[in-house]
Amino acid sequence: MITLSNVRKSYNSEVSIGPVDLQIPAGGITALVGPNGAGKSTLLTMIGRLLGLDEGTIEIGGYDVTTTKSKDLAKIVSILRQENHYVTRLTVRQLVGFGRFPYSKGRLTVADEEVISRYIDFLDLRALENRYLDQLSGGQRQRAYVAMVLCQETDYVLLDEPLNNLDMRHSVQMMQHLHKAARELGRTIIIVLHDINFACHYGDRICAVKDGRIAEFGTPEEIMTDDLLTRVFETPVECINGPRGRLACFY
Amino acid sequence: MTPGSTALAEPAPPAGRKLFNWKLLLGVIGVAGLLGLSLLTGVYDVFGADDGDQMFAITRIPRTVALVLAGAAMAMSGLVMQLLTQNRFVEPTTTGTTEWAGLGLLLVLIVFPSASIMERMAGAIIAAFVGTMVFFLFLRRVSLRSSLIVPIVGIMLGAVVGSVSTFIALQTDMLQSLGVWFAGSFTSVLRGQYEVLWIVALVAVAVFLVADRLTVAGLGEDIATNVGLNYNRIILLGTGLIAVATGVVTVVVGNLPFLGLIVPNIVSMFRGDDLRSNLPWVCLLGIAIVTVCDLIARTLIMPFEIPVSVILGIIGAVVFIYLLLRQRRRA
Repeated sequence: MITLSNVRKSYNSEVSIGPVDLQIPAGGITALVGPNGAGKSTLLTMIGRLLGLDEGTIEIGGYDVTTTKSKDLAKIVSILRQENHYVTRLTVRQLVGFGRFPYSKGRLTVADEEVISRYIDFLDLRALENRYLDQLSGGQRQRAYVAMVLCQETDYVLLDEPLNNLDMRHSVQMMQHLHKAARELGRTIIIVLHDINFACHYGDRICAVKDGRIAEFGTPEEIMTDDLLTRVFETPVECINGPRGRLACFY
Repeated sequence: MTPGSTALAEPAPPAGRKLFNWKLLLGVIGVAGLLGLSLLTGVYDVFGADDGDQMFAITRIPRTVALVLAGAAMAMSGLVMQLLTQNRFVEPTTTGTTEWAGLGLLLVLIVFPSASIMERMAGAIIAAFVGTMVFFLFLRRVSLRSSLIVPIVGIMLGAVVGSVSTFIALQTDMLQSLGVWFAGSFTSVLRGQYEVLWIVALVAVAVFLVADRLTVAGLGEDIATNVGLNYNRIILLGTGLIAVATGVVTVVVGNLPFLGLIVPNIVSMFRGDDLRSNLPWVCLLGIAIVTVCDLIARTLIMPFEIPVSVILGIIGAVVFIYLLLRQRRRA
């Protein structure tokens, strides 16, 4: 479980967070949605201890993120930020291998290599594992990054807009991989999403963030209502029953 | 470095790459050949003259050892610096580190004119460390990661520091000495004066030991923190190692421009960026380029010598421009 109590942060003049009180249960996929500048990414970054808090506490699985040692947290929670641009020329396998760093400190053991292979297969990267990242398409690269954070084998995985810049096919594939990671590997995945329909279809819970606070938190069925979405996104939204579940129409 | 990696019955090489293979052996043999040539090159007839043996021991061996140590150190410093700044166009001479080391050296000589070589070096190392930290802090403050702005900022910073040095040297009548130091040259490397260069061998060992951490730092603060590393500590450690290497080389040899820039880039083009398995290659190529340049510098206007920095500057500039154009094309 991830528990945020009275979390506050003045990020800059546009985004100020809090006070936020939130409990995200363990297991499944929790989608953070909300308008631009609502503070979704900031919240996620704070949970992942990449950004300090001004006030309040965040606990992940009982560990306080501000007081627990970073190297211990690295075995509990992993986070992938939105923009990943590396000048370093690494192969896919080398990149995924860095996910083992909290355990091996860089000296990869045979067991580590097996774990790396497992996650490379999990994300269908076997054919690409010796390619350099700069030789991959955006979708393939994104998969490699996700393989790296999964390879860290943490109970909690935080992803900031992993569908950014992905086309329809790659977005769906990515969400299916994450769905599988949550189901088969028992990971708790917190993900920032822009598309409410993706959040509804693949999320077990949706957390709507607005103006730095939690506007709504519930199951997709509870969140996917005309009034609620219209209010959160400040855009007229109608929800209909599509062939595969609820759909939000806002075009 | 993965002892049991052969146990994996997979065609793919493991993520941790092997250090030694036949290619590296060929590289070592090639560099050894160049070094042999360096031992044999010179005006003095070391084999015919009566005191040939002595001359060989006093000048040729120290000079060749210095080529090895300085070449490896500067190439390695460039590599570490490129990882820490996440920028391919950075190295001690494009970030002002060398100029700071020169300023430190100058100040020590002004305040303590009779300073020993160790004292001079300490001054150069401290100044190089402070200067590199100034550069890193500036980069963090403005968060400029644009590949060309970073070296431009560094070169500007270096120019300012260099001007300060020139001004101080003018005031204290040391301009000529300053010019001699900055023109990197192995001419004055003699027995009894170069031994401190061995310190950079220790730096090389240290870089090798923390190679994985430096590579992770090269992926940025977020990734480093995510896998549980203290990013600021790695930056400090890396800067310290660069400062020691640059400081020592500046005091003993002088300015070796572009070496740290071109070597890691060439190695990366062929091998990617796994720091630990690349380090031997970076050291070898650094040694090879410096040795070739020094051989050219020694033979071009025989029996006189050109400072090696002149040759390196020309070759380095050409390669630098090539790398720039290549990146443009890719972008």
